[in-house]
Amino acid sequence: MAEDFLLMILTLDATIRVSVPLILCALAGLVVERSGVIDIGLEGKMLAGAFAAATAAALSGSAWVGLLGGIGVSVMLAMLHGFATITHRGNQIVSGVAINILASGLTVLLGISWFQMGGQTPPLTGAARFSSLSFPGADAVADVPLLGHLYSELLSGHNVLVYLAFLTVPAVWWLVYRTRFGLRLRATGENPAAVDTAGISVVRMRYLALIICGILCGIAGAYLSTGHGAGFLREMTAGKGFIALAAMIFGKWRPVPVLFACLLFGFLDAIAIRLQGVELPVIGEMSVQFIQALPYILTVVLLAGFIGRAIAPKASGIPYVKEH
Amino acid sequence: MTTPGAPALELRGINKHFGPVHANRDVNLSVRGGTIHGIVGENGAGKSTLMSILYGFYQADSGQIEIAGTPTAIDGPEDALAAGIGMVHQHFMLVDNFSVLENILLGAEGGALLAGGLAAARAEVTRLEAEYGLEVDPDAVVGELAVGLRQRVELLKALYRGANILILDEPTGVLTPQEADRLFEILRAMRAQGVTVILITHKLQEIMAITDNVSVMRAGEMVAHRETAQTTREELAELMVGRQVLLRVEKTAAQPGDVVLAADGLTRIDDAGVMRLDHVSFQLRAGEIVGVAGVTGNGQSELLAVLSGIQAPDDGRLTVHGRVVDADHPCDPAEMRQLNLAHVPEDRQRMGLISPFAAWETTILGYHHDPAYTGTVLLKTDAIIADTDGKMSRFDVRPPNPQLASDSFSGGNQQKLVLAREIERQPEILLVGQPTRGVDIGAIEFIHRQLIQMRDGGCGVLLVSVELEEILSLSDRILVMFEGRIVGEVDGADADARTIGLMMANAHETAAETKAGVV
Amino acid sequence: MASAPDKLPAWVDIGLLPVINVALAFMVSGLLIAALGQDPFEATWVMIRGAFGYEESLGYTFYYTTNFVFTGLAVAVAFHAGLFNIGGEGQAYIGGLGVGLAFLALDQYLPFALMLPICIIAAALFGAGWAYIPAYLQAKRGSHIVITTIMFNFIAASLMVYLLVNVMIQPGQMSPETREFNSATWLPYMHEALAWFGVEVAQSPLNLSIIWALICCVLVWGLIWHTRWGYEIRAVGANMSAAVYAGMPPARIIIVTMCISGALSGFVAINEIMGVHHKLLLDFAAGYGFTGIAVSLMGRNHPVGIVLAGLLFGALYQGGAELAFENSAFTPDLIVVIQGLVVLFSGALSYMLRGPAERLYFALATPKPAEA
Repeated sequence: MAEDFLLMILTLDATIRVSVPLILCALAGLVVERSGVIDIGLEGKMLAGAFAAATAAALSGSAWVGLLGGIGVSVMLAMLHGFATITHRGNQIVSGVAINILASGLTVLLGISWFQMGGQTPPLTGAARFSSLSFPGADAVADVPLLGHLYSELLSGHNVLVYLAFLTVPAVWWLVYRTRFGLRLRATGENPAAVDTAGISVVRMRYLALIICGILCGIAGAYLSTGHGAGFLREMTAGKGFIALAAMIFGKWRPVPVLFACLLFGFLDAIAIRLQGVELPVIGEMSVQFIQALPYILTVVLLAGFIGRAIAPKASGIPYVKEH
Repeated sequence: MTTPGAPALELRGINKHFGPVHANRDVNLSVRGGTIHGIVGENGAGKSTLMSILYGFYQADSGQIEIAGTPTAIDGPEDALAAGIGMVHQHFMLVDNFSVLENILLGAEGGALLAGGLAAARAEVTRLEAEYGLEVDPDAVVGELAVGLRQRVELLKALYRGANILILDEPTGVLTPQEADRLFEILRAMRAQGVTVILITHKLQEIMAITDNVSVMRAGEMVAHRETAQTTREELAELMVGRQVLLRVEKTAAQPGDVVLAADGLTRIDDAGVMRLDHVSFQLRAGEIVGVAGVTGNGQSELLAVLSGIQAPDDGRLTVHGRVVDADHPCDPAEMRQLNLAHVPEDRQRMGLISPFAAWETTILGYHHDPAYTGTVLLKTDAIIADTDGKMSRFDVRPPNPQLASDSFSGGNQQKLVLAREIERQPEILLVGQPTRGVDIGAIEFIHRQLIQMRDGGCGVLLVSVELEEILSLSDRILVMFEGRIVGEVDGADADARTIGLMMANAHETAAETKAGVV
Repeated sequence: MASAPDKLPAWVDIGLLPVINVALAFMVSGLLIAALGQDPFEATWVMIRGAFGYEESLGYTFYYTTNFVFTGLAVAVAFHAGLFNIGGEGQAYIGGLGVGLAFLALDQYLPFALMLPICIIAAALFGAGWAYIPAYLQAKRGSHIVITTIMFNFIAASLMVYLLVNVMIQPGQMSPETREFNSATWLPYMHEALAWFGVEVAQSPLNLSIIWALICCVLVWGLIWHTRWGYEIRAVGANMSAAVYAGMPPARIIIVTMCISGALSGFVAINEIMGVHHKLLLDFAAGYGFTGIAVSLMGRNHPVGIVLAGLLFGALYQGGAELAFENSAFTPDLIVVIQGLVVLFSGALSYMLRGPAERLYFALATPKPAEA
């Protein structure tokens, strides 16, 4: 019993760890799509952010400098997306594809050129990594059954970016639903003409949303390379940006449901390895690949309108052109 | 707030060009504070352009705007809002999934956080509601409100921002008569509070009912200013239409034959649940031109869409060649063409042709399955090009080059291409929407002659046009549409612009009488 | 003179501007190489020599080109119907499943002459099948096809791992691959085929699928511009309301077009599985689907342009590999970057230069009508 519980705690702990980049990226996608810009370049921004963070951290020896580097590069890519799709009204999908490809190639090319380690950055140690924070008394209660485990394993012992990611959820919720910026943001994604006639610049709103998107993707990347991991590995995002995109759709562009979608998808990821080869009652042997594909399958089923309706912001994907 | 009687707004010498079109020509306008000022004119007279300049969407090429005696530069909506100008657009500028309160707040939030603004707005809206009789639930989601209520949200938006000059662009176009009456009460209440209202419309009875002063626009120019009490509908109708010479089209009396198309109670409800066609019944005979007159947006487009098979009727039936079309037995446009029905659509850019397609590709649109144009597998490109060559010379399309992209021809030449495509099939039924919109004078005459020829050849022609001149000079019978219904029928020989124009503008009274009479 | 021209002439719009955009992409690539402390001109020279310099390299270049032509055509066909098929990757992968199954079931019994058409049909059917579901959901339920095709790429990847690890793996083997197919049914290599005619060329993975790729170019060209179906596809893509007005059924056209697109992607498997690997294995389609987007954009969705762009990317792949071999500062990732820059400049930023070009053109053209 106690062992099962501990196993469960460990699985949930793993869920939290893998959910963090999903949560940050999905919220990034949420903000930018709420402004009417589709961004399938979350993956690329996170990857570039991870590389930049690891590089900056390795060079400076500070994880915080790394974080700033990750955010900076990710925001630059977000601005590129804005330049192409807002300023020049280019296709948002094409621009997202371009950013993903660019990030995939540049991170490795620059990594090899700078560090000669086959695309990796030097391993990060000490202050160059975000280390785990231990809550007061966590060690003391670690052996207390149930609540002690819960406190010491699940709540305590994560790095600061994990807590930041979970704080981002209420922060984004508050921003979107409780502030002037959020009101204008939501209006821009639904009816940019209404925003324009209210004397607000649609272009400005969309660029601001992209900056936020870039910041969040940059944090997600920094988490991967300087928090969760200890350095950059090529293609280390491994499709997480697309799972985040799926989670954003699955959460219907709302922060709290998006959080739960990310936790669900993270949980699937965490149990996939554990369930490998395990015989389950009724279902039989679960295939790890099926569990890995489940987020995508669920999202397609949702998009098809079989479980509720996922309605994107009305104006998303459409460049705004003034016409009267 | 401006003192009543002094000009709240002065426009001087406003000019605006769009490419070759002179949309506003030396327009002057003076609106006294605390009055309701009407601006009337036909479609395309330049009213909306003028108001867009006032609201900052467009910048005038030249001219001056004075607000309460102060010259004011208006470079964008934010300047207009700051100068106390509010506007209720024809197509509402509302966010459908926002609450009423959130819509009112957008752009006037009163701080970085919403909470304070929401509370203030709630109080202010309650006050405005009471003051002007603008009842609407502040927490309702706008997308779920009836059209009349949405308009109130627009009014509240403007008032919340402290607008003391309010522009309404065709505000009753989407309203029921009852809703329109309520709107007028609200506008009178606003005037009583010192708000200056500018009402753009082409419905003369609205002008007579509510305005203090009226200005008439025609072809981009301001042609007259009147005090409403000193004028009559007849005078305004004449001013609007002008004393243009009728384009005489030589035609003999019609020889109507058998019924080729019969509509019986056709009804169409759009996605928003609005009844766009309301039990329309009529018959079209071989060898006659039936004109459908009416102000834009009164169901003519939906009528063409249902008759041509693009949309299915929700109720009623349509009989073409013995084929009965109703809600359960829809008929797609391809089948309609096989029934010998041709359709020149209202909007050739959006429907009649495909801009990047070469002219020869556009001239087979809808007929691309014809064995003359396609073999089992391959299109007979040479044959199609030769055919297009022929059409181009017979219809005098310039430049006569079948390889040019469709959108590189002028409006008139594009229309000739579409017309050639539809007419040369020798259809028994021809639906024509706005055949001369954006077409130069020379081409207009040519197109009109073609339509008469079709009629004389025994084709039943249904002509939908907002150009009264066109309806009058071509039609053997005229149906007048209003709010999705046919509200009147006039013999072409007896009709004149004033009667029909009054019918179109007067329609809601006429309709009320008709209803009362029938029930 | 009649009225002043209000549009750019075609030679500027579809000839000059795309070339300038690609040139910009290469200029930025060159700057990047310079920033890495290398000589961009020398790198270019190494790549050109590596791609075209000798028989074997030419074989490799054409072998890569074959894949790019298939995926480029796939993207282009969908584009003509106004659809963005981002799922070429998954469709190619599943196309490989079709080919693999056909081989596993039949290669012991049937001769090559029968296996070839069967494999082509299998690749087409499986690729089309994988495109069908997103297409159906777009046409009938309005689900955004970009998102669904992305999801289907990942689902395809998981499915293939599952099948290869658990089901189709050669018994007793560790690596997730099927058994090798009967060598009598392989698609002949080009060097083998040429040897029949007494022409000796160096060995390379280039095989006869390149001929099928060129046939597909002709078929797509014919379909899009010379049949009424292509006419309908282009009509739906260019102006949906006009297509409805003309009596075309948009839902059916969307589904059929996507199936054609999926089938074209599936043909990557003819090159890779039937022509080169001779067994079904993991990730054989990696990257080709996405590169197809770049190829199609650069080739302006026209088969001739796609062949040229495919050749360019084939040369980049092969030349890039050669460059990485000669100079350790470069890895094949340089090609990925160049590819990203091409998508950026030829695709996302394709309108950027139109405004300035229009102003420049009219400034030059208008005052001197006499020259025209």
